[in-house]
Formats: sequence, structure tokens, C-alpha cells
Amino acid sequence: MSTTDTTAQDAPFPRSGAGTGKRANGPRGSARKSRRGPSGRNTDGAGYATLHHVILSIWALLVILPLLWTIYTSFKTSQEILTDPFGLPATPQLENYTRAWSEARIGDYFLNTLIVVGSGLVIVMLLGAMCAYILARFRFPGNRAIYFGMVAGLTFPIFLAVVPLFFVLRNMGLLEGRLGLIGVTLSYVAFALPFTVFFLHSFFAGLPDEISEAAEIDGAGDFRTFFHVMLPMAKPGLASVAIFNFLGMWNQYLLPLVLNTERGNYVLAQGLVNLQAQQGYQVDWGGMFASVVITVIPVIVVYVIFQRQLQGGVGPSTNK
Amino acid sequence: MTSSDTYVGQGEAAAATHPVGRRRRRRRPTVERMLFFLLFLGVPLAVYLMFVISPFLQSFYYSMTNWSGLSPSMDFIGLSNYERILGDAVFWKSLRNNLILLIALPTITISLSFALAIMVTIGGSTHGGVRGVRGAGFYRVISFFPYAVPAVITGILFNFVYHPGGGLLNGFLNLVVAVLNGALGLLGLGPVPEVHNAWLGDQRVALAAVAFAMIWTFVGFYMVLFVASIKSIPQEVLEAARIDGAGRLRSAVQVVAPMVRDNISTAVVYIGIFALDAFTFISVMTPNGGTANSTKVVSLHLYQTAFQNGRFGEASAMGVIMALVTMLVAVVVIGVGRPRKDER
Repeated sequence: MSTTDTTAQDAPFPRSGAGTGKRANGPRGSARKSRRGPSGRNTDGAGYATLHHVILSIWALLVILPLLWTIYTSFKTSQEILTDPFGLPATPQLENYTRAWSEARIGDYFLNTLIVVGSGLVIVMLLGAMCAYILARFRFPGNRAIYFGMVAGLTFPIFLAVVPLFFVLRNMGLLEGRLGLIGVTLSYVAFALPFTVFFLHSFFAGLPDEISEAAEIDGAGDFRTFFHVMLPMAKPGLASVAIFNFLGMWNQYLLPLVLNTERGNYVLAQGLVNLQAQQGYQVDWGGMFASVVITVIPVIVVYVIFQRQLQGGVGPSTNK
Repeated sequence: MTSSDTYVGQGEAAAATHPVGRRRRRRRPTVERMLFFLLFLGVPLAVYLMFVISPFLQSFYYSMTNWSGLSPSMDFIGLSNYERILGDAVFWKSLRNNLILLIALPTITISLSFALAIMVTIGGSTHGGVRGVRGAGFYRVISFFPYAVPAVITGILFNFVYHPGGGLLNGFLNLVVAVLNGALGLLGLGPVPEVHNAWLGDQRVALAAVAFAMIWTFVGFYMVLFVASIKSIPQEVLEAARIDGAGRLRSAVQVVAPMVRDNISTAVVYIGIFALDAFTFISVMTPNGGTANSTKVVSLHLYQTAFQNGRFGEASAMGVIMALVTMLVAVVVIGVGRPRKDER
């Protein structure tokens, strides 16, 4: 993920005057001299750009330094961590990782998280798209009421619902043993639904009528129109909403904290807090840092792979 | 987001605000149409009603009982829970902290993320097309990292950063102190003492310290959203502004900001809702709400009341109050954004 890689894809719209080769890749000074400068504004451009670089660099450092520090600290012994917070590890402690993975059961938690977040994401995207499509494109009595009822869900504090929810799920038998993961997944889905419907609604509403009318004239039924015509057109919206839902679910803490009480079903967030709380006086700092790294790296990798989906704008892709 | 609505034609903009209505469709619902509705609307609604709406309604009822949370018995006690809460100093302190976050977080986060988004989109060299600084993509990708880190981890991470012994912040400050003492030594002045602050334990700075972690998490996220919506503004508009003599600051404030207003008000609502919750960060960084409840928020107070003190009825009443506050905030923010939207 080098600088040049990412700048190269950073050109979603055509640049006017691209023919003069203004990628500004050369040294700034020479670029400034070689370019036309009919107005005073054009010549002070480099000064602003430098200022912006300084600010952005400070911000980038603020973001990266804590993460880098966490990564190399995860290779230190607890002793080293406490006595010299900045020093590099004398010998890299790979055992920190094996200890975190097996003894602290981070491996198990990882698998649980994948199951819950993976299935929850698929279900919520499907249900959310279906619901948003109906609400956005069909007029029927109660449409607005249902839509506002859904959107109001965005403002409900989860902690208010969480204990009654516990009993709802327990009465359905969805909190016992491994089945517990189903209960947790369903609650993730239910609480991600308002967000999903809210955002996809504006996508589906923004898609031009002509296309669905054309599909109708061509004899496509409602199901076919949805799955073969409308859903593909909403793809950019689906992608960004999916990314946000993924992060939201990976982040979820209160729901599993209350609903997911069996140790064997713990998700990563629970496992880590538990690890931190449990250790008390005998803190295994090295193992803690290693667990944090194990949890963070996959999300960052997933993000870096899919980040292009987020930058292309989040509007429906029907204009061209 | 909805910014795309801005650029569709008038007719489509109207379609976007009102559900598409085709009167002829209502004439004869076919079997397929009914099945379609049943499945597509019925299933999501069933999930939503069962796992979101019904628990909420139940908790409204529980808020008027003395239910302990686990025992099956409960008595209806009317509004006494609400009375008790209104006389609870800890609740008011928690609410105050929530309100501080409600003001501070959206203001700081959105100004920062909008400024950064402007820099990577239109802050670059003024030659050729309007564009961001070099390496814009790199900054954008990096900025999002904190949001990809689960909130629990961010909390734990900042616990390390603020740790009085081996923490990054004190370590960094002590580097500065060491340099400063070197300089003071040359001038023959006494040394400045080393910093051993327990940032999260100090009630004057604890809330700010936790808030910093929250801002750190959210700035990149909203920056990415703003970048996406700024990029959907036609290049010609920005170039026209520049040809008319608008500098970067003016373009940002007078051209870009109004065009991404929908996104900004959505962002305010989201951060506002988050500020009124804030459970994860607070409970991970200061599990008991900090020294003298300096960082306690209502969600944490509620959690403790319900699960540690076994007063679920009272906790539900707190939740109901917070739900009302949250909806009020959302309605106010959306209401402020809406009238302008209809003007177009």
C-alpha cells in the first residue's frame, strides 16, 4: 500500500488539461516553475500544498504511531514493556503470540467472531436490501409509517433493549450451547437493520424509473426485477453499507457482553476485555499486545483490500 | 449517502423524496406481487419487531416496575423509578458528561474530518484540474485505520497510551522533558520533574482523554465519507468556482460544504447518537466511571444499576429517558437540515 499505488487510483473523474501531464509527481519547485501562472493564486499553490502536507502528515503520524508501537511492543517481554516503553525488544518474543492464540483462547474467539459476523452480514444485507427496495419503490398504505418506524430504530439505545432481548432469545432456546451463536447473530442482524434500510432506501429511491419499467415491459416479475436488475445497480451502495456493517458488527460489544455468556462462544471483543480484566495484578502485557495485534490486523487487511469501494462515491451507478 | 440526489434532475429528486408511486400498479395485485411483499417486507419486519421493537416496548413496561432483572417477580410501581432517577446525583453527573460529549464530539470530529477531506480532494496544487495534495490516497487509506480497529481494542490501546508507567504519552512527554531539562541545564536552571500522570485517573482530564480516543476513531471514518461525497461534485463546479476567483478556503466553505450538507447532518446525527451512548469506550477505559464519576455516562450508570445492583426496573427507566433524549436530538438535527433540502 505504497503512496504511488494509491495515488494512481485516485482519479475517478477526468482531469481537464491532463494532456499537459500535471500529475505533479516531479519535485514541487520545478513543477511550479514550468507551469503557467497567469494569476497570483496559481503561484501560491505550492505553499498551501506544503501546509496541507504538514497537517496531513501530523495526522497520519497520530494514527500510525500508536498502531506501530502496539505491533512492536507485542514482541517484547512484560518486563521490557514496563521499564522501557519505547525500546525495541531485545529478542522478539514470538511466544507472546502462541500464548495469546492458545492459552488465552484468542483462536477460538476469532472463529466465533468470524461465524457471527460472516453470517450476520449476509443476512442483514439481504433482508435490508429487500425491505429498503419495497419501501423505496412501492407506494402502499403504511409505507411511511414502516419506514419511520425503521429509521427510529437508529436512535434506540441498545442497552435499553438488551435484557428483555436476552429473555426473548432464551425463551426461543437460542442461547444454549453453540446455538447461542445463532441468537447473537440474529440480534446483530436486527440491530443493523435500521442502518441498512435507511441507507439503501435512498439508493433504491434514486435509481431511475425507466429501468424497472423496461424490465417490467420485458416481462420480468418482481423477484427477477429485484435480483437481476435493481440489486446489481445498487452494488456500490451495497458495498459501502456492507463495509460499514462489517465494521459495526466486528465492533459490537454490548450485545455479546449480555447475550453471549458462555465462555466457549465468546467473540474477540469479549475475549480481550475479559483477558484484560482477568489478569489483574499478574499482567501478561506481552500476551495482551499480541492479542490486540491478532484482532486488529485482519480488519485492517480487509479494509485495505476493499477500501476502493468506499472512495468511488456512494451514489447509484446509473448515470453512465 | 444521499448527496447523489443533488445531481439528478428535478423529476428524480422528487421521486427520491417521495416513494415512487405508480397508480396503475395498485390496480390488480397479482399472486406474485403478494408473495413478493410477504417475503420481502414480512421477513425483515418480523425480525425487526421480534428482536428490536418488542424488547423496547417491554423495557418501557419494566421501567414502571421494581423488577430486579433475574427474579420472576415484579410489582408495578408507577413512576417511582423516574422520581428516584431525577433525584440521583450520579445520574445527573452522567447526563452532564453525555451532554459534554454531545457538544464536543460532533463539533471537533466533523470540523477535523471536513478539513482533512478538503485537503485530500481540493487542497492540492492549483495547476490543472482541481485535486487533492499528492499522496491523497495514502492519507485517505491511513486515516480510516482507527475506525477499522474495534472500539474495545481502541480503548485497551489508549489504556496503554495513557498508562502512568510504561505509557506512550508519558514516555513521549518525558522525552520532551529530557530535552527541555538539557536546555534548562545549559541555562543553569533547575530541571522540570518527569511526568507520571495517570491520565485516566485524573478527574480534570479523564473525560478529555477518553474523548480524544473517540475522536481518533471517528475522524478518518467521516473523512472518507466526506471525500466520497466531495468527489461526486462535478469537477466543472469546482473549476468554475476557481476561475471565478474562489480560493481553497472559500471553495470549501461556500461551494463544497453546502453541496455535502446532507452528509454533514447525517454525520452529526450519528456522532450525536454515539455521544449519548459511548458505553464501549467508557467502560473499557474507565470501568467504574473514573475518579469521582468524572467519566461516567448514563449508559454505564444504567449498566451498573441493572447488572451490578440488580435494579433492572430503574435501569429501564434511565434507558427510556435516554431514548427520548436521543430521539429529540435526532429530530432537532434533522429538522435543522430539512427545510433547506426542500428548497431545491
